[in-house]
Amino acid sequence: MSAPLLEARGIVKSYGHVEALRGADFALLPGEVVALIGDNGAGKSTLVNILSGAERPDAGEIVVDGEPVEFGSVEEARDTGIETVYQDLALCADLSPAANFFLGRELLHKGLRGRLGLLDNAAMRARTREACETLGVRLKSQSAPVSTLSGGQRQGVAVARAVTWARRVVFMDEPTAALGVVQTQQVLELIRRVRDSGVAVVLVSHNMQDVKAVSDRVEVLRLGRRVARFETARVSMEDLVGAMTGAIEQATEEAVSGQGAEQASGQAIEQAEGQAAEQATGQPEIPR
Amino acid sequence: MSVIETPPETSAPEKTRLRDRQVVWIAAVLAALLAVFSILRPTSFATSFNLLNLVSDAAILLLLATGMTYVIITAGIDLSVGGVLVFSAVAATKLMDATGSLLLGAATAVLTGLAWGLLNGFLIAKGRIPALIVTLGTLGMSLGGALLLTGGVDLRAPGDLNLGLGLARWLGVPVIAWICAAITAVLGVTLARTRFGRHTYAIGSNAKAARRGGVAVNRHLIKVYGLAGLLAGLAGYLSLAKYGITGVSAHSTDNLQAIAAVVIGGTSLFGGVGTVVGTVIGVFIPVVLQNGFQILGVRPFWQQVVVGAVLVAAVYVDQWQRGRRDQ
Repeated sequence: MSAPLLEARGIVKSYGHVEALRGADFALLPGEVVALIGDNGAGKSTLVNILSGAERPDAGEIVVDGEPVEFGSVEEARDTGIETVYQDLALCADLSPAANFFLGRELLHKGLRGRLGLLDNAAMRARTREACETLGVRLKSQSAPVSTLSGGQRQGVAVARAVTWARRVVFMDEPTAALGVVQTQQVLELIRRVRDSGVAVVLVSHNMQDVKAVSDRVEVLRLGRRVARFETARVSMEDLVGAMTGAIEQATEEAVSGQGAEQASGQAIEQAEGQAAEQATGQPEIPR
Repeated sequence: MSVIETPPETSAPEKTRLRDRQVVWIAAVLAALLAVFSILRPTSFATSFNLLNLVSDAAILLLLATGMTYVIITAGIDLSVGGVLVFSAVAATKLMDATGSLLLGAATAVLTGLAWGLLNGFLIAKGRIPALIVTLGTLGMSLGGALLLTGGVDLRAPGDLNLGLGLARWLGVPVIAWICAAITAVLGVTLARTRFGRHTYAIGSNAKAARRGGVAVNRHLIKVYGLAGLLAGLAGYLSLAKYGITGVSAHSTDNLQAIAAVVIGGTSLFGGVGTVVGTVIGVFIPVVLQNGFQILGVRPFWQQVVVGAVLVAAVYVDQWQRGRRDQ
């Protein structure tokens, strides 16, 4: 087992009285697709925001390739090769796909025109078309604003943009939530292609079919902590749902046995801590 | 990763966009107005003298409206332009009276305008105060400041300026109009073709997305309001040259005129959409109406009524289009 590409240890984040994360851990190995799942309010979005630099944790540590890092901004996370596809896509609806693709990284003409700040729109359009075709996002026009695109096409533009710029990790927050069957398959196929090219993917999803179809591992958040990790190939849908809702308490040990005894016992401890936290806060353990 | 490594291709022109068609529509309206007035009064409206009058009247407003175009595309507003114009003109006059240098006067006007604009931008971007309130406040401050400096009595511009730049012509067209046209052209290209322009659109379209994309949103907003202020300062100097007085009470509706021109020109008050070309047309429509009404003998007050109605209609169309788009 190689060293983690990206690791979070004991991340704590509160908003006022609400504790979104209470010492959450997370690990991502090079070249894998990890699904980050959990019920509503489990802290998935907060964790993604922190790992992509959009928010700063109150406590805890982020490690990239063995080096502790602190992301003060999204740009700093990006400089280390981490890109995010936000659930709201972060597209400018009035701009063309190419303008969105290169937002904040515009290509300028060479020479004098470039020094005057003139944009090389033809080059940006060409590279955007290229990237979109790789993903299978078909756009009728490269200059029509994003507002004229369908939901699936918008998603495609946002995903292709992140994938194009990412060197290490792409976070995808519910990338298939608004998509039809065919486009969902295309996005899942893209996720595999991204992984095969050496960029790791963190998939935040509610859709267990997607998770089963595309991920190598699953990490489960519950009430602001990681409560279980599975290898996707060895876990059943029932186990995943059970771990998310808290209905299944001891499923992990068996599931991760292939990863070594040390880790498995570590997770058992984590689980026990998770339960302690639940009992402390008096949360009901009713499967939803 | 190397998804995209192909050399850039030169792509064919794409289909005309909806918004481009809108500019074409407004241009058609302007052309129709010109045609109607020309047919009704061929001997007085369509003369080169009268058309030069039109251009001359529009030139200074064009500077304000161009700055306003940038501001409104960021989904902002600048109500202070008239006050900044007057304050800059007063400051320039004071300095020219003291030093006798017209050039220093021009520099003073431009820098004073820039300073007001930067103040607007800073309060809006860093202070998170709505643009409407900030610029309403600086409108009051700059107009009041101008009255304090002058004691409420208009100052006269130096004769050299009024009789020099104010009357100078090149190829038969006032130099002031050339200056305004050149600046507008440069800013039109800047908005449409440069990174600065692209960021302006991006902020108005989705400021959060622009910030996530790495655009320095606050810095950019300060620059945009600074630009609008700078143009208002320059407009103050040019109107000093043209009219010979500071006009402390003549510019209280400049902001409305500029906003009307911008909105009639197809720029969306919700941000993200607009062109300088549209604004140029939007400046000329009210000017042509006023001039045409005068020549036809219609009471010129109708111009205000018509422009007001057109403004409301333009915003309604914009809102309707957005509603359809967002469904």
